[in-house]
Amino acid sequence: MGTLHTVNKSPFQNQTLLSCLGHTHEGDAVLMIEDGVYGAVTGTAISEALSKMGSDVSLYVLGADLAARGIDAGRMAEGVISVDYEGFVDLSATHDRVQNWL
Amino acid sequence: MSETIKKFLYVNRKAPYGTIYAQESLEVVLIGAAFDQDVSLAFLDDGVFQLTKGQDTKEIGLKNFSATYRALGDYEVTKLYVEKESLEERGLTLDDLQNIEYEDEDDDYAEKSSIRLISRAEMAEVMADQDVVLSF
Repeated sequence: MGTLHTVNKSPFQNQTLLSCLGHTHEGDAVLMIEDGVYGAVTGTAISEALSKMGSDVSLYVLGADLAARGIDAGRMAEGVISVDYEGFVDLSATHDRVQNWL
Repeated sequence: MSETIKKFLYVNRKAPYGTIYAQESLEVVLIGAAFDQDVSLAFLDDGVFQLTKGQDTKEIGLKNFSATYRALGDYEVTKLYVEKESLEERGLTLDDLQNIEYEDEDDDYAEKSSIRLISRAEMAEVMADQDVVLSF
């Protein structure tokens, strides 16, 4: 079932999240981890690019990394789903491949 | 003993000398070439800078590994996908890249270019067509 993409850098530091979003397919999932979770916040310079993805691509964020950075769940962009580490494993297992965007 | 051949894609998204990623990727590709898998390389974003011609590292104290890309054909690594949009965004064209060729043993060893210029959408297709994706 498509590709699980992971992004671990802030989208305000480099273009990696945008490049990742530009290379996704319908049925893919993008999981934001580590500093990548800053990309999941609503009302930023990035959030429009995220909302443009619509429902073709599922967007996830690792809750532990949100919590570590003090990002309240209420600040997450619409449609972004928070997962725990078990959810991360499930996403890895249910997709055909994992592509880590470094 | 027959083993399953898997499709491996090495994704290169970083310029060559500012970090060690590009050189490490090339090392892994050469090591991996010993395992007779179906190997492709992708160059996008700053990764396209890895393939430019005329690199000269004499004065920065780093090894110039750019010539190694031209040796990949001898290891049967003959598919180097380069993203057109990434070149254009950086003011580059194919003419700015090295000639990287391989000998096609199925075509009387004719020399052919290993570089395949593709669009961003086509790159997404290449990525989706792999068994394993390794990012650098």
